[in-house]
Amino acid sequence: MSLSADLRARAETLGQSLPALLAEAEHLAATLMLGEHGRRRAGQGDEFWQYRPAHAGDAARSIDWRRSARSDAHFVREREWQAAQSVTIWVDGARSMAFSGAVDRAPKLDRARLLALALSVLLLRGGERVGLSGMVPKPGRAQLLQLLAALETEDPADYGSPEVAGMVSHGRAVFLSDFLGKLEPVEAALTAAADRGVRGVLVQVLDPAEEEFPFQGRTIFESMQGSLRHDTQSAGDLRARYLDRLAERKDRLSQLSAAMGWHYHCHHTGVPAQSALLWAYTALEGGR
Amino acid sequence: MIGALAFTSPLLLLGLIALPILWLLLRAIPPAPIRRRFPAVALLLGLQDEDRQADKTPWWLLVLRALAVAAAIIGFAGPVLNPDNRAPGTGPLLIMLDGGWADARDWPRRLDKANGLLAEAGRAGRPVAVVRLTDAPDEVKFQNADAWTGRLAAMEPLPFVPQALENWVKVLPDAAFDTYWLSDGIAHAGRDALAAALDAKGSVTAFLSPRPIFALRPAGFEDGAIALRAARLASTDAADVDVIARGPDPSGIDRELARGSFAFAAGSAEATTKLTLPPELRNRITRFELLGQRTAGAVSLTDDSLKRRKIALISGAADKEGLQLLSPTFYLGQALSPVADLIDGGLSDVIPANPDVIILTDIAKLTAPETDALLEWANKGGLLLRFAGPRTAASELSRSTEDALMPVRLREGGRSVGGAMSWGEPKGLAAFPEGSPFHGLPIPADVTVAQQVLAQPDPDLSSRTIAALADGTPLVTRKEIGAGQVVLVHVTANAEWSNLPLSGLFVQMLERLAVSTKPAQPEAKDLAGLTWVPERVLDAYGADTDAGEVAGVDGAMLAGASKTGPTTGLPPGLYSSADRKVALNVIGADTPLAPATWPAGTVIEGIEIVKAQALKGVLLTAAMVMLALDVLAALWVSGRLGGAARAASVLLALALMPHDARADDAKAFEATRGVVLAHVLTGNAEVDDVAAAGLMGLGDQLWLRTAVEPEQPMGVDIEADELAFYPFLYWPIVADQPLPSTAAYAKLNRFLRSGGMILFDTRDGDLAGLSGASTPEGQMLQLIASGLDIPPLEPIPQDHVLTRSFYLLQDFPGRYAGGAVWVEASDPEAELQDGMPFRNLNDGVTPVIIGGADWASAWAIDPDGVSMFPVGRGYAGEQQREIGYRFGINVIMHVLTGNYKSDQVHVPALLERLGE
Repeated sequence: MSLSADLRARAETLGQSLPALLAEAEHLAATLMLGEHGRRRAGQGDEFWQYRPAHAGDAARSIDWRRSARSDAHFVREREWQAAQSVTIWVDGARSMAFSGAVDRAPKLDRARLLALALSVLLLRGGERVGLSGMVPKPGRAQLLQLLAALETEDPADYGSPEVAGMVSHGRAVFLSDFLGKLEPVEAALTAAADRGVRGVLVQVLDPAEEEFPFQGRTIFESMQGSLRHDTQSAGDLRARYLDRLAERKDRLSQLSAAMGWHYHCHHTGVPAQSALLWAYTALEGGR
Repeated sequence: MIGALAFTSPLLLLGLIALPILWLLLRAIPPAPIRRRFPAVALLLGLQDEDRQADKTPWWLLVLRALAVAAAIIGFAGPVLNPDNRAPGTGPLLIMLDGGWADARDWPRRLDKANGLLAEAGRAGRPVAVVRLTDAPDEVKFQNADAWTGRLAAMEPLPFVPQALENWVKVLPDAAFDTYWLSDGIAHAGRDALAAALDAKGSVTAFLSPRPIFALRPAGFEDGAIALRAARLASTDAADVDVIARGPDPSGIDRELARGSFAFAAGSAEATTKLTLPPELRNRITRFELLGQRTAGAVSLTDDSLKRRKIALISGAADKEGLQLLSPTFYLGQALSPVADLIDGGLSDVIPANPDVIILTDIAKLTAPETDALLEWANKGGLLLRFAGPRTAASELSRSTEDALMPVRLREGGRSVGGAMSWGEPKGLAAFPEGSPFHGLPIPADVTVAQQVLAQPDPDLSSRTIAALADGTPLVTRKEIGAGQVVLVHVTANAEWSNLPLSGLFVQMLERLAVSTKPAQPEAKDLAGLTWVPERVLDAYGADTDAGEVAGVDGAMLAGASKTGPTTGLPPGLYSSADRKVALNVIGADTPLAPATWPAGTVIEGIEIVKAQALKGVLLTAAMVMLALDVLAALWVSGRLGGAARAASVLLALALMPHDARADDAKAFEATRGVVLAHVLTGNAEVDDVAAAGLMGLGDQLWLRTAVEPEQPMGVDIEADELAFYPFLYWPIVADQPLPSTAAYAKLNRFLRSGGMILFDTRDGDLAGLSGASTPEGQMLQLIASGLDIPPLEPIPQDHVLTRSFYLLQDFPGRYAGGAVWVEASDPEAELQDGMPFRNLNDGVTPVIIGGADWASAWAIDPDGVSMFPVGRGYAGEQQREIGYRFGINVIMHVLTGNYKSDQVHVPALLERLGE
């Protein structure tokens, strides 16, 4: 519990540094829920929209007396119609995410969870409904505790594959993984999500060691669970070809997400999490 | 044995054959792989290694390992460098050392060699005799080697050469013996005979040093320049040797006065050089020495022969044209100009030039100022040489009473003998009496005196007479004046009265009077008849020392030694007699420097000592180092060195990185963020903590009560930190704190001049004033403040701006109350004017406030905001603390606003001017 409390504290710290996330609400009819997303028309909400002269039939308590006192007519204060969004987050909990290239560097999983929770904090503060894959997205800060509990789960497999279960149609999705396993499940998940009208972001979390391949000499490489292994006499010679393959993998992910209307971003655990969070924030809002 | 390298167990070297096998073995074994967890292995699948050779050990690693093993094998075989392979001899052994000045160039090595030979003989049980050839020949006794060890250590070379070596032949024992001769390589007199005699007794082994011998011959004059000659032995290649002239500088310190260089051509044994020096410098030279040659032969002491005296020649009458041969100064000029510097001019002109000698030829009348000046000059050591003449004879000079500048009284008129109008023959000279400076000079028979002035018979006359005529009448008289003397020659300086000035005796007499000096080496007749006392003596290394109380030597012996070289009783050095000095040098003008020759069959060795050196340890260490390198290299090859290597390189980089000024910059940024109150770090942690806490408390009060919002207080190291950022320094005085350095004082003074303020707190308000004596802190403050630019001080006057810069205050307590607080004295001209509460004081903030009330303790708060120290008793004490805070606030206000409050004095006047 202390671990998750710590995680939550750090996530809140991270979330505080950004303004509330106001995601674009495209599918109003599908999610007729009150939220803080202005619909650019008068309706129920908290934000001021306009003053209009009072008609017959307006309740007396809806008249804005302060405004009305400045002129002879009575005015009614109208608010903007606001709507909320459902966001589903998938964090890859597989063993490969437990890798860290250096003693003083946290594993990729840590960073992925932190990003997920920070994003959740922002979204919940903005009035959105947030859930992990498999959960029903709900609003409110109480949901944070649920998210925390769900984040604790780990996957014993070497490489994880995204789940599309629980995704709300025309909602939003966030996939946090290293995407080092087979690409077919990712492709399938993205296709399924696109079918439901879900759009979102792919955040590839990599360790700097995976980006640089700083190995020399005779080496046997094994996956975290030992399901895959590769024996080489001279690891240094493999570097260029490895980097080519990694670039190819990133390129493929980028193309895939672009085709589905998603956004792709590669994040390294060696750099601060803010940049990734900011990127995810703007991407979810419909930015670049 | 292989050359100079031997092995104790050479069979082990066969192990080297195994090296190629080792090579093949090592080559076949690849380094072990590392297992790595790596999630991105999925991307690696299917990649093939490009180079399958990498599983073989790299060639350089193989070389390293092979070298390590080879070094170990060779090391265990026990190699020995320079093995000692001299066959020990038998029978008595004679070890001979020349022991002359030429041995001084490498005496310690000769001693080491002799010690080595002695020890070797001791191990072989041979009886030994050690002989120094510069000693007088004495019976050669063979003794146990141990008996010689101590005596050998005490032996020193002597500053001359072995003399008459054939005398040693007689004292050699009859029995056969071997000889080790540590020779200096010079052919000394009689050494051929000695060598032949030794050869007849047994084998002779000569040990020679390869170092060349350099010798410096006495300096002489040639065409106005100092001519120097140097000789060398082993005249092989061209060589340059510097010669330096040493002497006292004007302040009397011995130093190098001039420097020349000898360029020896290849194959040439002699070289010459010339030094042109101004007379002032030249007369100071006491010795010449060859640079870098520590032997007596490379040193040449100088004597009078290099000195040229300044002589003023003054004649009574203006020279008549055409009568040059009759001129009273003509013969003096002829005699003196080659050996002295002559000064012309009037008497009053030449005395300021401070000549060594003033010669007055037939001058009877001297004015009173001239007399006084001459007396003063003579008292300081000048030699006044007067010649008589017609004017002297006719004058009243020294007639009834003795003139101060005359040695005797004179009779009127003088006398004339042997002239056309007189009886008798011209008189010859009597032999010079003992005690006269002329004693020993031969008297030519043809020197006669025809006319002279006569001395009155006085009690002193005989003691003042240093030369007389054959009939006993004084010819030359002398009188001491202070440190100097006056000498009267009773005849003229020209040939008018006597033919003495025409003779060679005249020149010799001038030399003996030290009027002139001889340019060349002294002849026997120059030295004979006098006793010469050594003043400075040289040792074999060329260092001259005070001779001390030594008996003088006869001039004839000295003259002999200057030809044949110094001996035991006549060490080289500087000998003096009265005012004359003669140097006896090791190397004379003609001293031969010839190489020694050895009879056929003599074994000749160097004196260098080569020690057998076991190389086993070195080789095994090298093997270990190489194996350690192999470990690192193996790790590196297998890629496991990454982290450690990076850490090491980072450490190395850190160690090599120069100290950057980032820390200083950080402090500067901190200090300039706002107003920062600072305290001087005294080195006493407790005091520094209290000062910091005090400024913290004062800062809190400033926040609460005023518009001044100081940042965290800072400690300032006045040696290292920049002070310009701080408006105010609190300086608690600790009795044992170090004084600021000069640079720190400069910084502090700059700080004070540019408007900074220092509050000195001696923290002794409880003690000061009780006993009258100042406390240790007070004394320390005086020490510190002595280097500071502090204006005159006065106790805070009642109307000082500090009493009203924020609060109205009349006393300034800290933890202790009642002590005086000192500030810069106000303008004494400022006076209290009617209607004004305060004096109209000039601008400026007092640069220092000095007190002992321990304000920091009163202000100090702990992190919880609670006062750290009690002040006084109860409520009154808290009141005192409050006043203390108010004083602190007033000080800071004063620092930050200057005497703005003082200007408010003018408010009534300003209002009045505005018409309100």
